[in-house]
Amino acid sequence: MLIAKVIGTVVSTIKHPAYHARKIMLVQALHLPGEKPDDAFVAVDLAQAGVGDVVLVCQEGGSTRQIMGLKDQPVRSSIVGVIDSVHLTRGE
Amino acid sequence: MILGQVIGEVIATIKDESVHGHKLLITQLINHKREPIGRPQVALEVVHAGVGDFVFLVRARDASFAVVPNAPADLAIVGVIDHWDTIDPGSLELPFGETWFA
Repeated sequence: MLIAKVIGTVVSTIKHPAYHARKIMLVQALHLPGEKPDDAFVAVDLAQAGVGDVVLVCQEGGSTRQIMGLKDQPVRSSIVGVIDSVHLTRGE
Repeated sequence: MILGQVIGEVIATIKDESVHGHKLLITQLINHKREPIGRPQVALEVVHAGVGDFVFLVRARDASFAVVPNAPADLAIVGVIDHWDTIDPGSLELPFGETWFA
């Protein structure tokens, strides 16, 4: 899973039925000091996250389908938690 | 899932039976600032997207579920985007030590 920030929302009227009534967000991964940020990507919100929240993102289709109660549907990334705090060490 | 913009169409008369009736569209993957990511790719279309549309797509194994039975596709357009709003995320750097976001 990834630690990412919700940076926006996506509005889509015509979408695959798997996404029906789901909130679709733009998320961008946080990175270690000195590294460059990755590009933002699209994720289904399964944790009532809001724009600006730091969240836990699952980037695997099987897990996302299982949480959404779907089988054989074209989904992949999902927001599965809203993060309160992290504690990061230098690995020494 | 990722953002993209449809920039062209592919006509292929002879293709796998499971994707009959579905268009193949040339799509440029983009980031939220509309900057291109990599080369344009051909995507299977299931939501009536057209040239010029901004869309979101699924890749790899997940794309094969866009059409049932499992389609021979590794990129599928699964939504036409009306618009997206973004905030300025500020720094995305996660500092060492303890950080509270709430």
